[in-house]
Amino acid sequence: MVEALLGLSAYYHDSAAALLVDGKLVAAAHEERFTRKKHDSSFPLHAARYVLEEGGLSMQDLSAIAFYDKPYLKFERLLETYHGLAPQGLRSFLSAMPVWIKEKLFMRKMLKDELKKIGSDTPQMLFPEHHLSHAASAFYPSPFEEAAILTIDGVGEWATTTIGRGRGNTIEMLRELDFPHSLGLLYSAFTYYCGFKVNSGEYKLMGLAPYGIPGSEQTLKYKQLILDHLVDIREDGSLLLNMDYFNFAAGLTMCHDAEWEALFGLPKRSPESDLTQPYMNLALAAQQVTEDVIFLLAETAKNITGCNNLTMAGGVALNCVANGKLLRRGIFNDMWIQPAAGDAGGAVGAAYAAWHIGKDRPRNNPARPDAMQGSYLGPRFESDAVQRLSKKYRAKYSLYDDFSALCTDVAKLLADGAVIGWFQGRMEYGPRALGNRSILGDPCSPDMQKKLNLKIKYREGFRPFAPAVLEEDIGEYFSLDRPSPYMLLVAPVLESHRKQVPDNYDQLQMYDRLYHQRSDVPAITHIDFSARIQRISRSTNEPFWKLINAFKERTGYGLIVNTSFNVRGEPIVCSPADAYRCFMRTEMDYLAVGNYLFKKEDQPDWEEKENWREEFQLD
Amino acid sequence: MEFLRDLWGFLKVRKKFWLIPIILTLLLFGTLIVLTSGTAVAPFIYTIF
Repeated sequence: MVEALLGLSAYYHDSAAALLVDGKLVAAAHEERFTRKKHDSSFPLHAARYVLEEGGLSMQDLSAIAFYDKPYLKFERLLETYHGLAPQGLRSFLSAMPVWIKEKLFMRKMLKDELKKIGSDTPQMLFPEHHLSHAASAFYPSPFEEAAILTIDGVGEWATTTIGRGRGNTIEMLRELDFPHSLGLLYSAFTYYCGFKVNSGEYKLMGLAPYGIPGSEQTLKYKQLILDHLVDIREDGSLLLNMDYFNFAAGLTMCHDAEWEALFGLPKRSPESDLTQPYMNLALAAQQVTEDVIFLLAETAKNITGCNNLTMAGGVALNCVANGKLLRRGIFNDMWIQPAAGDAGGAVGAAYAAWHIGKDRPRNNPARPDAMQGSYLGPRFESDAVQRLSKKYRAKYSLYDDFSALCTDVAKLLADGAVIGWFQGRMEYGPRALGNRSILGDPCSPDMQKKLNLKIKYREGFRPFAPAVLEEDIGEYFSLDRPSPYMLLVAPVLESHRKQVPDNYDQLQMYDRLYHQRSDVPAITHIDFSARIQRISRSTNEPFWKLINAFKERTGYGLIVNTSFNVRGEPIVCSPADAYRCFMRTEMDYLAVGNYLFKKEDQPDWEEKENWREEFQLD
Repeated sequence: MEFLRDLWGFLKVRKKFWLIPIILTLLLFGTLIVLTSGTAVAPFIYTIF
């Protein structure tokens, strides 16, 4: 008889479910992929149903259900914060309390009621702390027998940052930084001030930062103002926010706009308005401060644990620019980052914590390269799903008997400049498309970055694209000597692939700089010659490896542009029907689903009854 | 009632008995809210979720 555990993350943002069977991760998925609602926070009913189905189990087979945080502890933080700040925060208090009094205080009952929709027997319920869930998601699936654990996010119950040590099947929490002092919330405040959405636009701020001019008077001034007025950073990486400037504890915005305007001499940027150089410099200053804190925290983790390896999770661990620099600093011999480092990953972490800590099950021989199986933990679809969509939409396709022949043809189309939707195997878990739900393009094409942003993804023109590169060829293009299977490390493009930039490069307008051909792989070379790398190993994802290899045989380049299969504000596609709809709504040229290839020109006219751009809220 | 048992356990472990009057007041308000309103919707701010 197997022993199975269901991990759940829900009711805050990015709901997800994960299934652990005899300590092995069998399936995990985000609820948003099924409901088609970005960052869906509702109970992950579809995801839970799916993971149980994937494991061939029902509710009565589960020995426990683990929820990824402790609701009462979070409620305690809310009450104490409002009590401490009263009479400030009344509006925020009145907005927050109904949700708690009506729903979240009764979390156990709410979860049981939802779980009844899946099956009648609710097993034991466990509630590991938010940061313990993050820590468990970082350490247990990692390849290390022993490692330091660093978790950094906005806030969980009280904790915003923790340092711990994982050894065997135990996790020991050693240091904790509590709300409101939070590196994640500091970064979110800059996200908000630069006109992006909190909780989803943080990666845009990170993508904007390289447009800032390092060493410029304004960037240096902004950084000094942050350090002098907004945050007091201590030697061990702990920090104190100056709450005179922040409004998130008592209000409904991240910061006090008037105080920030007076400090930086720069008004809060309106969403979707033009991006000017001062915002780029501010983004760079915020990124630099964030990196400095992360480096100090990593040094502290090294000092107090004495471990040679580091594992990381929490939303801030998705800052792949900081991760790449941390790796190059060499504080630790090696590091591993949970691919679903945000709150969705809490579902996996809660399940692991329940297994190893709650049930004291041993952790024998950590899996290599790790236990996440490439993060391909979601549903797969067979050809009958493609046949059904073809009937429904009268879609025309070519069916290949031989997958290698499909790869050869798709590689040729890519080399000719086509943009291809690529849908294969199991869906990814975590925020990145890793080659199974991806949109692909030619990295050498001078206008691919512009085309993908503006005509396919309908998103901001400044945003960069990432390369998926063959494991064997990574050293040919990038200065990175480690595996980066989850697109969580940024590294420089090698000098040998770079092209000369004009002397006045930094003085050029944003888009003049952006569209300057900086390398022979311009579509994946960011403005500062960096790239967010995904290494493709044949043993982890053979179909994707074969495609890139076919592209290499045709062009000589062992890498392609890989971006998530969605448009702005849309969750990554889950089913072939989602993929076909996205394909038809955009200017994508081809769609490959399994061995089926759809050519845009052959498809019947696409008529939508509603304006689909209103279906997905801009992120 | 499971909720009261859990809540009491939490207050005991955390030694936060001073929260009891606040929680009781909130529960009274809560009853009113449940009787008078529709679904409670969380505002989109990180920290009060």
